[in-house]
Amino acid sequence: MKPDTEQYIDVPTQEMLISMGPQHPATHGVLRLVIKADGEIITWADVDVGNLHRAEEKVGQSLKYPQFVPYTDRLDYLAGMNNNLGYCLSVEKLLDVEVPERATYIRTIVCELNRIASHLVAFGTYSLDLGAWTPLLYAFREREWILKLFEQICGARMTFNYIRIGGVAADLTPEWVADCRRFLDEQEKRWHEYNRILSGNQIFIKRTADVATVTGPDAIDFGWTGPCLRASGVDFDLRRDFPYLVYDKVDWDVCVGEGLKGTVGDCYDRYWVRMLEIIESVRIVRQCLDALPEGDIKAPKLKKVIKPPAGEAYVRTENPKGEVGYFVVSDGSNIPYRVRIRAPSFNNLSIIPKVLPGLMVADVVAFIGSLDIVLGEVDR
Amino acid sequence: MKRLIEFFKQSEFLRDPGFAWMRDMEFLPHLLAYVVAFVVVFSIFGIYAMFTIWMERKVSAHMQSRVGPMRTGGWHGWAQSIADAVKLFFKEDIRPSATNMILWIAAPGLVFCAALAGFVALPITQGWVVNDLNLGVFYIVAITSIEVVGVIMAGWASNNKWSLLGAIRGGAQVVSYEIPAAMAVMVPVLMAGSFSLTKIVNAQQGAWFIWASPWLFLAAILYFLSSIAACKRAPFDMPEAESELVAGFHTEYSGLRFAFFFMEEYASVFIVSGIFACCFLGGWHLPFADLSFDSGFMVFVGALICIAKIMFMVFMQMWIRWTLPRLRVDQVMTVGYKYLTPFAFLAVVGAAIYEYAGWNWIPYVY
Repeated sequence: MKPDTEQYIDVPTQEMLISMGPQHPATHGVLRLVIKADGEIITWADVDVGNLHRAEEKVGQSLKYPQFVPYTDRLDYLAGMNNNLGYCLSVEKLLDVEVPERATYIRTIVCELNRIASHLVAFGTYSLDLGAWTPLLYAFREREWILKLFEQICGARMTFNYIRIGGVAADLTPEWVADCRRFLDEQEKRWHEYNRILSGNQIFIKRTADVATVTGPDAIDFGWTGPCLRASGVDFDLRRDFPYLVYDKVDWDVCVGEGLKGTVGDCYDRYWVRMLEIIESVRIVRQCLDALPEGDIKAPKLKKVIKPPAGEAYVRTENPKGEVGYFVVSDGSNIPYRVRIRAPSFNNLSIIPKVLPGLMVADVVAFIGSLDIVLGEVDR
Repeated sequence: MKRLIEFFKQSEFLRDPGFAWMRDMEFLPHLLAYVVAFVVVFSIFGIYAMFTIWMERKVSAHMQSRVGPMRTGGWHGWAQSIADAVKLFFKEDIRPSATNMILWIAAPGLVFCAALAGFVALPITQGWVVNDLNLGVFYIVAITSIEVVGVIMAGWASNNKWSLLGAIRGGAQVVSYEIPAAMAVMVPVLMAGSFSLTKIVNAQQGAWFIWASPWLFLAAILYFLSSIAACKRAPFDMPEAESELVAGFHTEYSGLRFAFFFMEEYASVFIVSGIFACCFLGGWHLPFADLSFDSGFMVFVGALICIAKIMFMVFMQMWIRWTLPRLRVDQVMTVGYKYLTPFAFLAVVGAAIYEYAGWNWIPYVY
């Protein structure tokens, strides 16, 4: 016969159904997670997207080709340049137009600068998600400099509309190049500052190492791309494997997660790959500034009214968040027949029901932050 | 109204000799004294809370390469806290409909009273203490831990899942960190031979307890860590954890009710810093100067010294808050029970042995 005390052990306790978001400070926008929690431990999780749906793809097939470029800024609003680039490259592929070399170099420079800015936000908000405020302000200090650089060349700080079909909107001045070099030097110095305050912090390591580990095969199965995929140990980067712009002409390395503080593919790896990519981007920009050729910034033969021949083009580029694909179908008119956008944040989110069960509520924040999602891109 | 007063005068219970005090209105001066005392303490405390909030904003700003509030009031935004207080005061009192209203309204008051009651036994300088209880430290540790009841009440009554999670976390955390905090405070009590904070401070004339023996140094570190957790400040701010639980147990509170929770936090910071300054940093004594606090002027100087030490400890808490990330809730428990509590017991035993063997660097005072 059982002792009396044991009958209380199997008392059924109610699981709590929590709606995390859409107004939650750590979901990076209007993401809604539905969580069943047994106390602090999550037993079931699902993700509910669509709160920021703005019918971007429908807009794409209603406007003329150049008119859609400003809308791409609003997808991943932390990396507007990279989104401009993807769309412009795919329209240029339809048009079969040759972009001048100087414009290509400028595109590489601004895209990599924007990658630094995006990774800085990822670094800052990740520290904020884990409860440390100060690194956020450090990251925004450097991001401010990048935004000022962008403001000088295109007048906007977030929605640039700088990369246009056939080239870029404005040329770089020598003063701009000098300021950019100063920024790169400073960024390299301050990168060590970030590591001193956050990367080596024992609490930070305890919060992220071995948390929400995603293996390489899992990452591939769920369509992960970008820093998240590389953090899981998969050595794949579009910039190296399917080079576009001038990535095959500069010397840089692909950063892959190595399980620095825990296992390969944990939150710390995802964080650390982004930190390393900041340095790699600095290297790329510096080499591009050195090799910047003289010449046109816009394809000279491009007509004002863009009417690509009937056909379709798909171009994928490596965005800060992952692989962005623009599938543009033309029926020969000046309005696209269809613009389909593949957004990395959306695919990266899909693993949530698999990873979250078993973690604690605080780990949800650590995991979402390490994915570095942007809701403008998830819902489009 | 007139009839009511007549009824009151003629009613039976006032003729009872036991209620003579009420009939003679002799309790009025006492009541007045209580009200005056409360107003004085409350306004001093309010000024302190406003100053500390302004200080926290400036400290955090300068740590984050910002400047913080600069406009309000002119000089470095000194009036920012006053403006905030006025704004909170005049905000609409929003009460969620599905709450347990009695508990929900009582919670901020309970939390605030618990923190305010801790000031009774906290001496600022020689003789400047509301009531120098001979169980002073014990009283403060006991009365300030009542605030966790208010936290649980707030979380439960809010009828909000985030608040409930925050309250559960708060209950578990504050209760478990009371143990190492209380044990660590036992070490200076052992040294001074008294629970009274004034006696503990006066035992440190000429030499602070924090340097008196390795065990006291250990106890000081343990008390500092567990006092941060007991105040629910970062990196142990589990109950509020703004990026995880929205705002934790006070998610549903706004306006003046929220202000009470906010001021309570700074009140507990002051109390634990005061205990630290009195128990380990020698209160109003300087390390090498043997001051005598017999004149009124020296007493005032002592108050300045003690407040400087307390504000330094407050600054230490701010420094830690704006530097470190937050621990996870299970890690907080691990730190409390696996590391701090055993070491606190070790410190008590070690200090007792040192005291018995006479190895401490401060001679026994009695």
